[in-house]
Amino acid sequence: MDKNIEQIQQEALKELEAASDSKKINDLSVRYLGRKGAVTQFLRTISSLPQKKRADAGKRANEIKKSLDKAFKEALIRIEARLAAIEDSIDVSLPGRIVSQGSLHPITQITRQICDIFSRLGFAIAEGPEVETDYYNFEALNIPKNHPARDMQDTFYISRNIVLRTHTSPIQPRIMEKQEPPLRIIAPGKVYRCDSDLTHTPMFQQVEALLVDRQVSFGDLKGILTTFIHQIFDDQTSLRFRPSFFPFTEPSAEIDIRCVMCKGKGCRICSQTGWLEIIGGGMVHPAVFENVGYDTSIFTGFAFGMGIERIAMLKYGIDDIRKYYENDIKFLRQF
Amino acid sequence: MKVSLSWLKDYISIDMNIDDLADSLTMAGLEVEYVSDRYSYLNSVMVGRVVEVETHPNADKLKLCHVDIGKRSIPVVCGAPNVKKGILAPCALPGTVFPNGTLLEKRSIIGEVSEGMLCSAVELGLGANSSGIMELKENLTVGNKLHQALDLSDPVLEIDLTPNRPDCLSVIGTAREIAAFQKTKLTYPVISLPESDEDIADFTSVTILDPDLCPRYSARLVFDIKIAPSPFWLQDRLISLDLKPINNIVDITNFVMMETGQPLHAFDFDRLAKNKIVVRTAKKGETLTTIDQKQRLLSLEMLMICDGEKPVALAGIMGGLDSEIRRSTTRILLESAYFDPVCIRKTSKKTGLASDASHRFERGTDPNGTITALNRATQLIAEICNGNIIGNIIDEYPKPVSDRVITLSVDSTNRRLGTKLSQNDIEQYLSSIEFKVEKIDDDQLRVIPPSFRVDISGFEDLTEEVARLYGYNHIETTFPLIPAEAVKPSKKIDSRYRIKRLLVGLGFTETITYSFINKLSCDRLELKSDDQKRRLMNVLNPIAEDQSVLRTSLIPGLLETMHYNITMQNKNLKLFEIGNVFFNTGKEDSQPDEVEMLAGLWTGKRMDDSWLSRGKSCDFYDIKGAVEELLRNLRITNIKFTRMRPEHCCYTKPGYTAQLVVGNKSIGILGEVLPQVRKNYDLKQQAYIFELNADNFIELIPDIKSAKPLPKFPSTSRDVTLIVDKDIEAFNIIKSVEVLNEDLVESLYLFDVYKGSPIPAGKKGISLRITYRSAFETLEDKMINSLHKDITGRLAKEFNAILPV
Repeated sequence: MDKNIEQIQQEALKELEAASDSKKINDLSVRYLGRKGAVTQFLRTISSLPQKKRADAGKRANEIKKSLDKAFKEALIRIEARLAAIEDSIDVSLPGRIVSQGSLHPITQITRQICDIFSRLGFAIAEGPEVETDYYNFEALNIPKNHPARDMQDTFYISRNIVLRTHTSPIQPRIMEKQEPPLRIIAPGKVYRCDSDLTHTPMFQQVEALLVDRQVSFGDLKGILTTFIHQIFDDQTSLRFRPSFFPFTEPSAEIDIRCVMCKGKGCRICSQTGWLEIIGGGMVHPAVFENVGYDTSIFTGFAFGMGIERIAMLKYGIDDIRKYYENDIKFLRQF
Repeated sequence: MKVSLSWLKDYISIDMNIDDLADSLTMAGLEVEYVSDRYSYLNSVMVGRVVEVETHPNADKLKLCHVDIGKRSIPVVCGAPNVKKGILAPCALPGTVFPNGTLLEKRSIIGEVSEGMLCSAVELGLGANSSGIMELKENLTVGNKLHQALDLSDPVLEIDLTPNRPDCLSVIGTAREIAAFQKTKLTYPVISLPESDEDIADFTSVTILDPDLCPRYSARLVFDIKIAPSPFWLQDRLISLDLKPINNIVDITNFVMMETGQPLHAFDFDRLAKNKIVVRTAKKGETLTTIDQKQRLLSLEMLMICDGEKPVALAGIMGGLDSEIRRSTTRILLESAYFDPVCIRKTSKKTGLASDASHRFERGTDPNGTITALNRATQLIAEICNGNIIGNIIDEYPKPVSDRVITLSVDSTNRRLGTKLSQNDIEQYLSSIEFKVEKIDDDQLRVIPPSFRVDISGFEDLTEEVARLYGYNHIETTFPLIPAEAVKPSKKIDSRYRIKRLLVGLGFTETITYSFINKLSCDRLELKSDDQKRRLMNVLNPIAEDQSVLRTSLIPGLLETMHYNITMQNKNLKLFEIGNVFFNTGKEDSQPDEVEMLAGLWTGKRMDDSWLSRGKSCDFYDIKGAVEELLRNLRITNIKFTRMRPEHCCYTKPGYTAQLVVGNKSIGILGEVLPQVRKNYDLKQQAYIFELNADNFIELIPDIKSAKPLPKFPSTSRDVTLIVDKDIEAFNIIKSVEVLNEDLVESLYLFDVYKGSPIPAGKKGISLRITYRSAFETLEDKMINSLHKDITGRLAKEFNAILPV
C-alpha cells in the first residue's frame, strides 16, 4: 500500500512539471486532491488496513497530501509570475548600455608578442636612448665616418656628433660595456631615418637581439630565428638565409620568410618573389667586441634586428605604414 | 647596378635559365631586385606589311600607307624614302616607348590620321641604319610581335649591391661570382696593343704630390684619333645598362668602366697646359668648371688632377669642361688611377656631386686593376678610332698596396659557422673566387685575397665567403646552449605596460605620434619665454618643417591627433600616449635629457550616444576620475591634486587645472585645454588633458601589495553638512578628517556640494558622510553620535563653518 501512495505522488509531480498554465495546474489539483482525487481516495482506503499499519499509513498519506498541495500552490505562483514577465518582456535585440575599453596600439601589441617570445627563451629586455652619439650609433658598430655603409641609413642629425638613432643596434655596445658575457638581450625601440613614402615613415620601431657566449655559431642564429618565426607566424613558415652586409656582423645575413600572404606563390606584397625580407643579422663582428673589450678569442655571438611595423603589417594585413602614426581611432581600435 | 645577360655571356657561358640565375645571385649575396627584358618595349611593335602607298594629300615628302598588322590594316603616315608597297617593316603601335624615351601616340599628321609608325633600325635601337625604315625578311609572319619574330630577348638584372662589394660593380665582377657558383671558368678579354715606337715619356709626365690620396696613377697617350659616334655594338652595350652614348672616346671609357669596374678619364691632351699631369690637393681660392658646366669652388682637402697650371678634373668624380673630349680632339691622355676612397667620398659629399666613377672609387677599386683597364680601353681606341698608340705606359705607383695575408683556421671556421667542412672544401671555395690559398698545417690555411676584394681584411670575412659559397641554407640549424638563468624584468618596462593596459581598460586608446614636432609648437601651446619646454633640440636636416624639432611635451602630438580624428569624423576621443620627450641641456654637441612622459586627452562625449542616453560632454571630473582610478589600481596613495596657481598655467585654463603633487614635488598636471591653445590648433570642442612624468610616476608604484583583514563588525555612518566659504577646497576638509587620525573613522565620502539659496552668497554647502567602524565590537549609537559631534565641531571650528540645524 505504501508503494501506492508514493507512486501517486510521483505521478502528480511529473504531471505538474509538464503543466504549462494555471488551468492545467488547477485541474491537477482537483484530480489528485479533490473530493474524488487520487489522494483522497487513497486516504479512504486506509480504514481497511490492518490496525497496526493504519496510523503510519495515515500519517504518511497526509504528509504527501500536504506537500502536493504546497507544490500545486507554488507552481501556480511561479507560472503566474512567468506569464506576467512574458507579458511585459523587453527587446533583447536592442544594444546594451555602452561600456567601452580602448585599445593598445598595434605596434605595442606586436612588440609585446616579440618580447614575450624572446623572454621565454631567456632574453632580458633592454632599452637605450633615442638620441644617440655618433660613437654608439656608428663607430662602436664598426661604421667609421666617411664609410659608404653610412649611406645605407639616412641619418637625422642634431649636431655633429649627435644623431637620432638610425637603428636599435647602439644598445649592443651600450650593454656590452656594462655587462660581461654570457648575455642575451632583446631591445625594442623607436628609430629614425629621413625617408618618407608609402613604405617608409621617418620614425619607426625595431627590435634588436644580441646573444654572446662561448661557442655560439651561425647555426645557432638560424635555430633561434627559426623558433622565433614559427612562434610569431606559424610552424609552416619557412625561412631563407642569404648573404648580405652589415658592418657590425660577419658573416651577415638577410632572413626572408615565405610570403605569409600568398604562401610563396608570388603576390604584390612580396613583389612576386614569394619571399619577404624581414630580419637582418649575423655573427657579431670581432671589431664590435674589441670596441667593448670582449675577448674575441673566447667569445662569439650573434645579433639581429627587425622592423616591428613590417611584422605587424604581415600579421594584420596592413598595407600602408603611415597608418600607424596617423592614429585614426577607426584604425587603432581594430586591434 | 644593372647587367645584361648577353653582356655577361661575353665572359662566361651560362646554361641556367634567367630565374635560376637571378635566384643564385641573390643567394650568393648579390640581391637581384628584378629582371626585365631590354626588348620589352618591342611588345607593341608588329611585323607589318605595307599594302598600299599613296602620296600624302598635303605634303609631298610624306606618304600615306596602309599597313597590314595581322588582324587589321591601319593608316600610317611615313616619310621614309624606301617605303614601298609589299615590303615587310616594323610597325610601332600607339603606346610604344622608344629607346630614346619618346612615347608614340595616335596622331594626325598634316590632316591625315596615323595610327602607327613604320620604324628605322635606329629608332628601334636595333641597328645603326637611320636612312630609312627597317626592311624585314619575307619569311616573317605579319602581325607577330617584333621581338618574337626576330627572337630578340636580353634579360637585364637589376642588382642591389651592398656597399662592401665594389668588385661586383662591373660585368666581369658579376660574371666572376657566377663562375664561382656555376663552377665554370671565366674568359677575360684578350688584349693586344699595336704600340708606336715613340715613347710616352717624351711627350708628357705624371707627378703625384699627394701619394696618400692618390697611391697610383697610370696613363697612356693615343694620337691621331678621330672623334665620331661609336659603332652600334658599343652604343648598344651602353644603352643596355641605361648609359647614354656620347662619342667614341667617352663611350669606350664608360664601356671599360662597366666591363672592369675601373673608372677611366680621357683628357684632350692639347688642352693640358705644358702637356703634363700633376695630382695634388686644391689650393686656396681655386675653381674648376666641371663638364656639367658648373663652376666649383674648391677646398683644400679636395684632390685635383691638374695640368701644368691649373686643376683640370675633380679627381675620381668629374672631369673639367675645358679639357673634355670634343669633336676637334685628336690627341688624348687616358687616365686610369687608384684614389683613396675616403677622400673621394668626402669631396663627393661636399660638392654634392656623385658619378658612376665616384660611386666606385669611394667604395674601393682594385689598386692593381689600373693597367688592365687602361690597356683594354687603349686597344678599343686603336680599333675603333684608328688611334696611334704612343709606346709605353706611365705608371706612377708611389704607395704600392700590399697583399693582405690572412690565416684561417678550419676548426675556428667550422665553430663560427656550425659546419663540418674539410680543409679541402674550404680551399676549393676560396680558390673558386680567385683567393690564393696555401696549406700551413692540418688546420690552418694561408689566404691572400685578390686585390679587387677590398672588403676582405680578416678571418671573419673569410668565414663569410666560405659560408656563402657553401650556402647559408645548407648550414645546419642548431640551438645555443642557454644557461637557465633569468634576469628580472625592469620595473619601468613592466609598469609601463601595466599602465597602458589599465588606461585601455578605462576606455583610452593608445596613440604613438612622431618624436619630432613643429617648431611653432611652443608658441601654439602659449608657453612663456622662460618655460623649460622651450629647451628644444633642432633637427639639422628635417624632412618637413612640421617635424623639425624634438618634442618636449606629448600634448602637441595629442592635440594634432585630436584634430586629425575630428577631420576623420571621430569626435569622441579618449587617447593616451607614453613616450620620450627631449630637453636640450644647453651643452654643445651632446645628448638631450630624455624623459618618459605619460599623457592623455579626453574630448567629446563622456559616452557615445545610445538609445538609452544622450551622451553628455565630458568634463574635468571625468578625466580626473580616470586618473584617480589609474592611481587606485596601481595602489599609489600619496598623490595629491592641488589647484595650479593661475600664473603657472600655460596650455591649460587657469582655475580648471590641477597639479599632481607628491610631497612638494609636482609630477604632472590635469585640466582643461586653454581656449587659445585650442584656437591655435584649430579645435572647436573642449578637451581635457593630463600629462605626467612617467619616470617619477612609475617610481611611486609600490612593489608589494599587502592584504588587509576584512571587517568583522558592522559599520554605521553619519552625515554632516558644513557651510563654508566658497573658496575652501574640499580636499582640505577631507584631509583634516584624516589628520584627526580617529581609529573609528573608516572612510569619508563627499556626497554633495551645493551653492545657492538657502545658502548665503559667497558660501557653499559641503556634505560629507563619515563611516564609523571598530575592528573589535559593534559600535553603539550613543558613542558614535558623540564622536560624530566632536568631529563636526572641530571641522566647523577649523573651517569657520556653520552647521545647519
